[in-house]
Amino acid sequence: MTRAPHPALAAQLLALADDELILGHRDSEWCGHAPILEEDIAFANLAQDELGHAALWYELAEPLLGRTTDALIFWRGATDYRCAQLVTLPKGDWAHAMLRQFLFDAAEAVRLPRLAASAYAPLAERAAKVRTEELYHLRHTQAWVRRLGLGTAESHRRMQIALNTLWPYALQLFVPLPDEAALTAEGIVPDAAEVRAAWEALAGEALRGAGLAAPAGTAPAGLDRQTPGPHLPALLDEMQSVARLEGPEVGW
Amino acid sequence: MSVDPAAVWEALNEVMDPELPVVSVVELGMVRGVTVDGDRVTVALTPTFAGCPAQAVMQAAVAERVRALGPAAVTVTLQLDPPWTTDWIADTAREKLRRVGLATPRPHGGLIQLALDEPAVCPYCGSTQTDLRSAFGPTLCRAIYYCRACRQGFELFKPL
Repeated sequence: MTRAPHPALAAQLLALADDELILGHRDSEWCGHAPILEEDIAFANLAQDELGHAALWYELAEPLLGRTTDALIFWRGATDYRCAQLVTLPKGDWAHAMLRQFLFDAAEAVRLPRLAASAYAPLAERAAKVRTEELYHLRHTQAWVRRLGLGTAESHRRMQIALNTLWPYALQLFVPLPDEAALTAEGIVPDAAEVRAAWEALAGEALRGAGLAAPAGTAPAGLDRQTPGPHLPALLDEMQSVARLEGPEVGW
Repeated sequence: MSVDPAAVWEALNEVMDPELPVVSVVELGMVRGVTVDGDRVTVALTPTFAGCPAQAVMQAAVAERVRALGPAAVTVTLQLDPPWTTDWIADTAREKLRRVGLATPRPHGGLIQLALDEPAVCPYCGSTQTDLRSAFGPTLCRAIYYCRACRQGFELFKPL
């Protein structure tokens, strides 16, 4: 039997969806700009996958929030978004883009199997759907992290810079949302600390294999999902511009 | 008017995947069930890849094709559980896809990690001397391979 959704669940779904949507948008910025044709195609695919996954989470959030997916995507301002700042950062160089995607993919690889065991069945079945697709992402980005980390002195240097920058932002993915403890107690979402430990083990091993060292530390203060950060408003301006020209009655 | 479930299945077998127009939604294993309740028909569809842009097109095409059979109401529902797998692609579809240069993975019974490392079989010459060139191709569901035996590029329906 499906249990009645917990009130804090909507915030969880929104965080999941917003991360996927905004990262997908950043990925799409590589379309036409990646260093080789195959990666141009790969990042376009990654973007499309992330948008598909975002849609699955938004659909689940729709009845809880009383808003449509289109309204949530195109008619919300930056302060109402709940994505981690990691996914809002500008696309940067190739090392930065690949490493961000890898850190996110590794987080998905540990979070989704746990969400697939959620006591809330609609959440569990969607996580099970997304997790196999995400396998392709992690395999791809992990291979690239190794290639760039062990490649030339310049590629290694850029990867280490990207890692030093991105690691504290990535830790924000494991900062519990308000009232998350109640959801964890009911078995609806996994324990954030346990997910983080599993992520650090998975990402850490891959990074060490690529000759890269993760910096020590915790998520900096001020990195929470209630604070959109400096980069999201401009991203939304661009992403929402066409929809806002047309008006809220148009379906996307 | 009341509709025969067998007629619904037959009609659905005429609804092609717009990205792979040689195979139908039935052959791809996307139709999880057909329910006829008097003059009302419900078709349960399961999406292949979550971000597949052809989904909405296929849902609309399914509804339109079944409506042509004359029931009072047609409902197309989305079923996510269990998630779609390439194991459900029918043998007939595998052969049709092979003929257009698209390889399909062997059924893996859920052991997807093993399926990912299995060599693709070249749709042109049958060789397994094939290399993955890119896990991402022209659509979400296809990866790009190269056959060293016949020196031909081809695509694989990614195991899911």
